[in-house]
Amino acid sequence: MDFIFEWFRTLYSETGVNLPFIYDEYDRKRMAEGLLTTIWLSLICLFFSVIIGVIGAWLQGSSLKWTRRIVNGYIQLFRNTPPLVQLYFFYFAIGTLLPRVENDWGGTSPMLGSFAWAAISLSFFAGAFNVEIFRSGIEAVPKSTVEAAEALGFSRLQIYRDITLPLAFRVVIPAMNNNLVNLVKTTTLAYAIAVPEMLYEANQIWSDNVNVTEMMIFLLLAYFVLVGVLVAGMNKWERAMKIPGFG
Amino acid sequence: MTWSATSDPMVSIKNVYKSFGSLDVLNGVTLDVMKGDVICIIGPSGSGKSTLIRCINALNDIQSGSILVEGLEVNDPNLDKLELRKKVGMVFQQYNLFPHKTALQNIMMAPVRVLKQNKKTSEAAALELLKKVRLEGKENTYPGELSGGQQQRVAIARSLAMQPDVILFDEVTAALDPETVGEVLQTIKELAEDGMTCILVTHEMAFAREVADHIYFTDRGIIVEHGPPETFFKDAKDPRTREFLSQIL
Amino acid sequence: MSYKTDLPVMLPVKPRALEPFKSLKKRHILLIAFLTIVGPSLVFAQTGEFEKSPLAILLDWTPLLLSGFLFNLVISFGAMALGTFVGGLLGLGQVSLFAPTRASSWLVTQFFRNAPWLVLLFFAMFLLPFELNIFGFKLPLPDWFKAILGLSLPVMANVSEIVRGAVRSLPSGQWEAAESLAYTRRQTLWLIILPQCVKRMLPPWMNLYSILTMATVLASIVGVSEVMTLTGRALAAEGGRTDLLAPFYGLVLVLFFIYCYPIARFTVWLEHKFSVIN
Repeated sequence: MDFIFEWFRTLYSETGVNLPFIYDEYDRKRMAEGLLTTIWLSLICLFFSVIIGVIGAWLQGSSLKWTRRIVNGYIQLFRNTPPLVQLYFFYFAIGTLLPRVENDWGGTSPMLGSFAWAAISLSFFAGAFNVEIFRSGIEAVPKSTVEAAEALGFSRLQIYRDITLPLAFRVVIPAMNNNLVNLVKTTTLAYAIAVPEMLYEANQIWSDNVNVTEMMIFLLLAYFVLVGVLVAGMNKWERAMKIPGFG
Repeated sequence: MTWSATSDPMVSIKNVYKSFGSLDVLNGVTLDVMKGDVICIIGPSGSGKSTLIRCINALNDIQSGSILVEGLEVNDPNLDKLELRKKVGMVFQQYNLFPHKTALQNIMMAPVRVLKQNKKTSEAAALELLKKVRLEGKENTYPGELSGGQQQRVAIARSLAMQPDVILFDEVTAALDPETVGEVLQTIKELAEDGMTCILVTHEMAFAREVADHIYFTDRGIIVEHGPPETFFKDAKDPRTREFLSQIL
Repeated sequence: MSYKTDLPVMLPVKPRALEPFKSLKKRHILLIAFLTIVGPSLVFAQTGEFEKSPLAILLDWTPLLLSGFLFNLVISFGAMALGTFVGGLLGLGQVSLFAPTRASSWLVTQFFRNAPWLVLLFFAMFLLPFELNIFGFKLPLPDWFKAILGLSLPVMANVSEIVRGAVRSLPSGQWEAAESLAYTRRQTLWLIILPQCVKRMLPPWMNLYSILTMATVLASIVGVSEVMTLTGRALAAEGGRTDLLAPFYGLVLVLFFIYCYPIARFTVWLEHKFSVIN
C-alpha cells in the first residue's frame, strides 16, 4: 500500500497536484472519518425520517380535525423554510434552552452535541417530505383490498401493518429514492455547526495545504460516486421488491 | 334445505333500513336464511343487493332494523366484529387478493394472524383448500400471475380458510371472462353441495336456477318477490319481477 | 402475461390535494410567528433582568434584516435566471439526436445534480478569481456575484432534467404527427413540442425556485452579507444574549415562510389546473 502513497507524493512534487488525503496518514484518517460521518449521519437521518414519515402519514388519516391540521402545519413549516435556518434554530435557539450537563473536566457542556442536533434537525426536515410521500402511497392501496382484509377479521392495526404499509412502501420507493439522495446532499449543511463530515474535513485539509482546486474536484467526484452507488443500490432494491405480475 | 319452522334461521334479517346520507338504499328488508341454504339475490343495479349483504358482515352499518347471525346482533354497537367475521366469510367482485403475497400466503394469512393458529397446520390446511378449488401447483404464484378466474378461486379458498358458517358472494363472476365464469361457478356449486350456507348476489340466472334453494328479487331497497327457482322463474307474480326477468332471460 | 379480466391491483399514485387552508391561512402564520418569536422571549421576559424586551430589540433590527432578506431575493432571481437559461440549453442538448451532444449534456447534468449545493457554492467561491482581466479591463467579481454563479450550477442541472422530463412525457404521437406533416426536427421542437412542454415544466420549475430561495442562506456560510450573516452580526452586537436567539432565527423562518408558502400553494394549484386540461 505504501508505494501507492509514495506515488502520489511524487505526483505532488512532479506536477504540483497535491492530494494529501492519500499520501499523508493524518489527512487520510481525517478524510476517512469525514466520509464515515457523512454516511453515518445520512443513515441515522434516513431511519428517523422514515419513522416520522410513517407516523405522520398515520396521523394524517386521523378523523380528528386538529391532529390533521397540526401534522399539515408541521409539513408546511419544514418544507417552506430553509433547512439551514432550521438547523441553526435547533442548535442555537433550542440547544441553549436545554439544561447543561457537567462534563469530564468540571465545566458544563450542552446536553446534545452538534452531531445530535444535525441528526434531529435533518430528520424532521426529511420527515416532512416523507409524510407526503407515504400518504400518497397509502392512498394508492385500493379501498377494496382493505375491505377484503376487514372481512377476514383483521384489526385496523393489523391491516395497516400487514397490507397497507407493505403495498404503499413498494409504490413509494421511487420517490423515496429521490428523497434519500437529497438527504445525503443535505448532510453537508452540518458543516455550518462544525460537524466533522466530509465537507468539513476537506475544508480542514485545504486550509492546511492550500490545495483548494484538488480538494474541490475530489469532493465533487466523491459525492458523485456516493450518490451514484446509492441510486444503483436503491434501483436494485426496487427491482427485488417488485410485486410479480404487477406494473 | 327444508323450511322447518322449529329450527332457527342462521341469518335473520328483519326490517332493515339503510341510507347513504339522503339516499335511501334499503327500505325495510326482511329475509331468513336457514343452515345449508343457497340463496340468490337478483335485481337491477342500485336496488340495494350488494349493500344488503355488506350489511350482514358489518362492512356497512344500518340505520334501523336487526340482523342476527347465529345469535350475534350485527346492529349492536358493542358487536365483537372479530366474532362476526369468523362466522361470515365474503368473496368480492374484485377478488381483492393481497398482491404482495403468494396464493398460499393469501390463504394462510388470516388463520395465522387473526385466529392465531399454528403456521404448519394452517399451511397444510391451505394446501388442501387449494386442491379443493383445483389450483394445485399454484401455491407460490403471485396474484398478478394468475388469471381472473384463478384469482377468484383463491379468494374463495381464502374465505374458506376461516371456516365460516356462511359465505357471502358479491357478484363474484361479474368481472370475469365468460370462459372463466364457469370454473368459478363450479367451485361454488361444489361448496353448496358440501352443505355450506351461501348467499349470492348474482346475474347468472342459469346458475341460480340450478343451485339455489330460494331466490329473492329486490328493487328500490325492498324485496319484491321471492320463491324457489321452479316457481320463481316460470310463474313470477309481481309485474316488476316479470319485467326484470323478461329483460335478462 | 396479463389477462384481460384482471382489474388493476394498485391505483396510480396521485399527488395529494392539500387540505383546504383558505380560512386558516392568516391565523396559521400568526400562530407560527407567535410560537417562534414571542414564545421564548416571554419565557425570559418574566425574569425582569433586562431593560428592553427581546421583542422590542427584534423590532429595532427588523429593517436591517428585511434589507438582508431582499438581498437573498436578488441572489435568487439572478441565480434562477442564469440557471434557467443555461439549463434550458443543456436540456435541449439532452434530447438532441446527435449522440456526443446528448452524452455530454447528460454527463454534465448528472454531475451537477449529484453534487450538494453547498459544495458547488464553495466551488464557485474559491475557484473563481476575485477579479477578471478581460482585454486589460479589470472586472471585479464581488462575493455575491460568485454566489449567484455558484447557485446557478445546481439550478442549471435541475432545469435540464425538468426540460428533458417534460419533452419525454409528451406522447410519441406528437412527434409522429409532426413528422408526417414534413416538419423538420427543429421546427417540431420549437413549434409543437416546447410550447406544450411549458405547461408541464412550470410547476417543477416553480418548486425549484422555492428550493433555490431557501438555498440562498447557504451564502452566509461563505461570507456573503445576506439575512443570516446580518442576523449573526445583530446577535453579536446585542452581546450574544441567549434569549434573543429564538426570536431572531424565528423571524428569519417566518420571512422565508411568508415568501415560499404562497409559492408552494400556487404551484399545487398550477399542477391541478394543468393536469385537468391534459
